[in-house]
Amino acid sequence: MPQVTMTVNGQTHTAEVEGRTLLVELLREKFRMTGTHVGCDTSQCGACVVHVNGESVKSCTTLAVMCNGANVSTIEGLAAADGTLHVMQEAFREYHALQCGFCTPGMVMSAIDLVNKHPNGITEQQIREGLEGNLCRCTGYHNIVKAIAAAAEVMQGKRQEMARAAD
Amino acid sequence: MYDFAYHKPSSLAEAAKLLADPDAKAVSGGHTLIPALKHRLNKPSALVDLSGIAEMKGIRREGNAIIIGALTRHVEVANNAEVKAAIPALAYMASHIGDVQVRNRGTIGGSVSNNDPAADYPAAVLGLGATIHTNKRKIAADDFFQGMFTTALAADEILVAVEFPIPEKAGYAKMKNPASRYVMAGVFISKGAGGVRVAVNGAGPCVFRQADMEKALSGGWSGNAVAGIAQSADGLNSDIHGSAEYRAHLVGVMAKRALAAAG
Repeated sequence: MPQVTMTVNGQTHTAEVEGRTLLVELLREKFRMTGTHVGCDTSQCGACVVHVNGESVKSCTTLAVMCNGANVSTIEGLAAADGTLHVMQEAFREYHALQCGFCTPGMVMSAIDLVNKHPNGITEQQIREGLEGNLCRCTGYHNIVKAIAAAAEVMQGKRQEMARAAD
Repeated sequence: MYDFAYHKPSSLAEAAKLLADPDAKAVSGGHTLIPALKHRLNKPSALVDLSGIAEMKGIRREGNAIIIGALTRHVEVANNAEVKAAIPALAYMASHIGDVQVRNRGTIGGSVSNNDPAADYPAAVLGLGATIHTNKRKIAADDFFQGMFTTALAADEILVAVEFPIPEKAGYAKMKNPASRYVMAGVFISKGAGGVRVAVNGAGPCVFRQADMEKALSGGWSGNAVAGIAQSADGLNSDIHGSAEYRAHLVGVMAKRALAAAG
């Protein structure tokens, strides 16, 4: 069986996988990181979104073996070691951007990639279009959009602070 | 999904050798193939991962054409400055395929060689009169798409790049299924050195050219030129998402929108 080595949330992991093993199966079943969910299993719902080399991908439609050597981030890697939530997670809590919570890990991972791709600010329309690949059947999306807009401002402010500090 | 062997060749020659096995299949982004494998529609003995082959990567301008390597992902075409400047309709089309995550993985080579009737790229390839470069030859778009999921590619032939002539004007419009985001009916219109081309995707079993609209636009390029032209429903797809008659109607509507986008 092929062996894969990848960095997940900053730590190196190695495992033997079958050719057909999906990235989400490797994360959940071998690495026991069950924060990443499988909703539709047909690459439509986005509950399985993780970052591979900094970009959001659907881990239910990605072969583990094709991620050999990749840098993977999942929902488990967002909060600080002391439990302080990531800005995006905090905004989801603050704005009540979840009800059942099933879609939330994928939503948060997609949202962070979306904000990172718009370093100069993001409009409500861009947020709504950027979430096309993430389905939520509870919230009606409004609070999710509000949470992402709020987090984007904080993330952008932090980026500017870092830029100023670097000057 | 049935299991399969996995190979990651680093050269085209090595990949072609591996794909000489009729049960082996090529993969890059995997966003059409992996769903098909999950449904057990395919049972390949091996997947040949092309993503390590340098000669299939990159976007370049050569004379009056944009050449896009087969491994180029949709997000890269959508954001490429050269494509945006030369063929904005192509960048627009790439930026509206599936969703963000699909565009982060899916590639032009995969979309074109798979020839899904509801995929976006075949409309741009046929609508711009592109040329397909393989490891063996060059194939005109008009000869490439041969039917549902069927192309002129031989089993061990690998799509290496797509060469798009830069048009004077081009536009694309589609109606997509809101759940799957696949195309229900789309129209890609262009006017260039090769004349006027109107390609329709999503509506039929394979992308096709709309001769009546091409004739009308060749006679006079205007927003109203396609207004009175009815697309026949004969041979179009009928399924739970829409009847052939509905799709035929959509072709007319999308043609008008594509024309408006082309300007």
